[in-house]
Amino acid sequence: MVKVKAKAAPMDNPAGLFSYFGVIALMMLGFYIVMDSPNLVKKMVGLNIFQAAVFIFYISMGKVAGGTAPIADAAADLYSNPLPHVLILTAIVVGVSVTAMGLAIIIRIKRAYGSVDEHDIAAADAAADTAADTAGIDTAAAPPPESP
Amino acid sequence: MNTDALLAAVVALPLVGALLVAACGERRPNLREAVTVVTASLVLALVLRLLWAESETTAALSAPLVLAEPWPGVTIALAVEPLGLLFALVASFLWLVTSLYAIGYMRGHGETNQTRFYAFFAVAISAAMGIAFAANLFTLFLFYEALSIGTFPLVTHAGTAEARRAGRAYLGILLGTSIGFFLLALVWTWAIAGTLDFTAGGVLAGRASPFAASALLVLFLFGIGKAGLMPFHRWLPAAMVAPTPVSALLHAKAGVFTVLKICVYIFGADFLSQVPAREVMMYVAAATVLLASLVALRKDNLKVRLAYSTVSQLSYVVLGALLANSPGFIGGGMHILMHAFGKITLFFCAGAILVATHKTEVSDMRGLGRAMPVTMGAFFIASLSIIGLPPGGGLWSKWLLALASVEAGEFVLLATLLLSSLLNIAYLLPVPLRAFFGKGEGRDVGLREAPGFCLAAIAVTTAGCVALFIWPDAAQRLLSAMGGVQ
Amino acid sequence: MTAAHLPVLQVVAPLLAAPLCVMLRAPLAAWLLTCAVAVIAIVIAAILLFTVTAGDGAVLIYALGGWAAPWGIEYRVDIVGAFVLVIITGINLVAVLCGRASVMREIPAERVFLFYTGWLLCLTGMLGIAVSGDVFNVFVFLEIASLASCLLVSLGRDRRCLSAAFRYLLMGSVGATFILIVVGLLYQMTGTLNMADLAARLPPLAQSRTLQVAFAFLTVGVGLKAAVFPLHFWLPGAYAFAPSMAAVFLAGTSTKASVYILLRFFFSVMGAELSFDAMRLHWFLLPLALAGIFAASVAAIYQSDVKRLLAFSSVAQVGYMILGVATGSGAGLAAALVHLFNHALMKSALFFVVACMVLRVGGARLADLAGVGKRMPLTAAALVVSGLSLVGFPFTAGFISKWALLAAALDSHGWWLALLVLASSLLAVVYMWRVVEAVYCAPKTASAESQTVTEAPLPLLIGAWLLAAANVVFGLSTELSLGIAERAAVLLIGDAP
Repeated sequence: MVKVKAKAAPMDNPAGLFSYFGVIALMMLGFYIVMDSPNLVKKMVGLNIFQAAVFIFYISMGKVAGGTAPIADAAADLYSNPLPHVLILTAIVVGVSVTAMGLAIIIRIKRAYGSVDEHDIAAADAAADTAADTAGIDTAAAPPPESP
Repeated sequence: MNTDALLAAVVALPLVGALLVAACGERRPNLREAVTVVTASLVLALVLRLLWAESETTAALSAPLVLAEPWPGVTIALAVEPLGLLFALVASFLWLVTSLYAIGYMRGHGETNQTRFYAFFAVAISAAMGIAFAANLFTLFLFYEALSIGTFPLVTHAGTAEARRAGRAYLGILLGTSIGFFLLALVWTWAIAGTLDFTAGGVLAGRASPFAASALLVLFLFGIGKAGLMPFHRWLPAAMVAPTPVSALLHAKAGVFTVLKICVYIFGADFLSQVPAREVMMYVAAATVLLASLVALRKDNLKVRLAYSTVSQLSYVVLGALLANSPGFIGGGMHILMHAFGKITLFFCAGAILVATHKTEVSDMRGLGRAMPVTMGAFFIASLSIIGLPPGGGLWSKWLLALASVEAGEFVLLATLLLSSLLNIAYLLPVPLRAFFGKGEGRDVGLREAPGFCLAAIAVTTAGCVALFIWPDAAQRLLSAMGGVQ
Repeated sequence: MTAAHLPVLQVVAPLLAAPLCVMLRAPLAAWLLTCAVAVIAIVIAAILLFTVTAGDGAVLIYALGGWAAPWGIEYRVDIVGAFVLVIITGINLVAVLCGRASVMREIPAERVFLFYTGWLLCLTGMLGIAVSGDVFNVFVFLEIASLASCLLVSLGRDRRCLSAAFRYLLMGSVGATFILIVVGLLYQMTGTLNMADLAARLPPLAQSRTLQVAFAFLTVGVGLKAAVFPLHFWLPGAYAFAPSMAAVFLAGTSTKASVYILLRFFFSVMGAELSFDAMRLHWFLLPLALAGIFAASVAAIYQSDVKRLLAFSSVAQVGYMILGVATGSGAGLAAALVHLFNHALMKSALFFVVACMVLRVGGARLADLAGVGKRMPLTAAALVVSGLSLVGFPFTAGFISKWALLAAALDSHGWWLALLVLASSLLAVVYMWRVVEAVYCAPKTASAESQTVTEAPLPLLIGAWLLAAANVVFGLSTELSLGIAERAAVLLIGDAP
């Protein structure tokens, strides 16, 4: 394997790092949606954006300045590094599975709770918790008094 | 049988007994209790056999029997050693007596779940034997914890809310101190000394800095909650909700035994006398002696009063251990023995009164001596032993402890001992005196003595108190062979 | 000859069995298949462990497809990996063989094959994590394991399992993606994905900003997966609402696999010197570990559902492992590893007991369990034994962990850390006590319907007692747990003092 120096440009030229700025921006956007949106479907969308940012990061990492597609060709002597692309194909598959799984669960949540909003679900769960607790009031449910 | 097999048998036999007891169940009470008594007799016989074997050898510490080695250099091992032998002797003898007593008490009192009671009683004895014959501090700690857990079902035997609360306090304090302090001290000792074996002359000398040694001493003394040093004494009165035989037997000889063992074989007399924190801890023990006596004065419930008396008496042993000289160590060991006999008699009496009359408060016991002359007579003699008056064996241990404090130049402690004896008189003697000479309230017509089994047990232990007064030298000779004692 | 293929067979066996399971569909057939795989897996793991411990520092290497590292993907089994393999396959075996009754009760018959498919995939993922010598491969297996465990959680009976599974999925994916970023950054710097290669090339780059960023992502990502406080909030729900047997399996193994990743990255890939001297990892981990131990223990005390209580306890116990790592010493690392082993035993034993009780009384709230001790004496006794182990009572495996951790703490930070560890274990006494008290002492409630409650079916009982007995055995004989953990620690920490 070729040791790849993937830094597209030296640090003193911020413009050369534009793809990384893009990656960071996308990543933070996606992450923010995951954390902030109460809608579970939007959370999945956010997660996808977040992951896509990482994919772009991998892809831009494999680019070698001036290199061509890694197909053996007499005319070319500099190729881009194909390995990150291969890796990211796998990661995309993983991402798709995660999305599928997430959506499947969301469908079941919608059926069970009648909502895909985090707040509604949390409220329903809390209500279930208190209902369960008041149904079985007894001494065991109370925390024990500290021994003297 | 050689010593190793005997040692293993002494620890394993009570466990086998517990299984057999559990197998008998509630349906065959006679067989179940016969098993208990036979097991107890066998254990006593084995310990006596060990004693005999020990008297033939001269070494203070025999080669240990290693059962397991969970940590490189740290083993679970058993060995015979004079102090442990004495403790085992006391525990196994009193187990036999207590079993007899328990038969009368449990039936007379109509307790439920008796099978569980006898089974866990046997488990506790097994743990006590493990403590007695532990060859190193690690093994001792294991069995110490096992004893705490094993006695828990006994303490909460009644199953009432009050018993549960008391059980929480009991386990909370014992586990809290042993995990919080004892275990820390244990690991620390191991880190410093690289060994936890009980060694004549101690293992810390020359290895621990004065600060570390002080910290260790404090951690050990407070960590061994069973020694009942204030402020960690509350579990003892809490354990009073247990059926009386439990209160009588398990009362905490194990804790002070552990303290004594640590002082003799981990610190060693010479090193211990140089530990800076020793003085402080001596005064803590002295304060416990006095304060617990004062509290006992104010308690009307007989068992609770006896419990505080125990707290006070246990600190005598701790004091003896901390004095770090031969009379102190021997006096401490003797006091375990003397106090065991005296206090178990008192508890037997308290139980007998409870079974026969359902009375628990001291103030209700006026005039009871006429109905229960044997019980109250035994109470009187045992009280004398606890106080340290003839014809009770307690005289000798207190004498040795007083001698030790004079030898160590601690006259304040001497005064404490004397003052405490006076307090003992004040809280113990009124009980039998009022019972014999006080005027009953007229409602006590028709009261009779306790069941025969109870009376027999009381008679045996009372006789033990007197016998120890007449022949204390056997025990003293045994203890003189302790490692590190001149 | 076949011995050379064992590292890959370890992973391939459950992986191939999973689609087979889907095709079989019949619940009994699916179970039998899973049993067969479980037996095969533990045999392989045992042979691997035996092989790597037989020699001195022997490492089994398997080049996938015949492509030697660093070009091909390499499976690499050393003492650490084999140790974790044995833990995972052992717990798996007991849970599969003995847990059928609980599964049949809690999972609708038409979904049982899905449950076992998920189970097999989950096993694949975790075993893959332990054998892989390639960082990207670790990421893939991590995702397989976390997706499959999500599936297991979502098959619970209570609808709350769905939101728990979703949260688990989300947080698991974020954590895994963080690790993916780390893999990318490491590749960018060194041009290799092989762990051994990385270990050789990274030290000179200690001052590089990229490595620092990678390190930060790694800590957070692995922290999320391993439920290190305060990134643990997905765990209690997942364990509490998962089907009982899935909880046994996950509690015993999944955080263990994640902690293994943490150890692999911090010690094997980055190297102890880089992690602790250059990055000052312990400054960060030690307070987190302590905070996690105390916060989660206190939270456990206030739970009214035993499964949740145990789940919070798991968070606290992960804290102990992290604490062992954070001492930065060989002794501490050994303590962490031995606790990894012992905690798998005690927590799966406890969840197993709870599964037995759930089967009979229908719920795991403390109120449901009131008075169960009388009706199910053997099950309850197993609860006491494993509970004592969790608390760290002498004669049990937990005590060995505690002793090891205490000795390491005393050695590295002095008495104050040891005292904190001990104080925290008192909290464990309190929360375990609540369970034991409910089982034995609490007055029976109507919901317990105690008349119909009887002892758990024999296979479940055997499973619970096997695990409980293991707690006692490994409290007395520590050659397998502690002995190997110490050798593994030496291997991980390398020649560094």
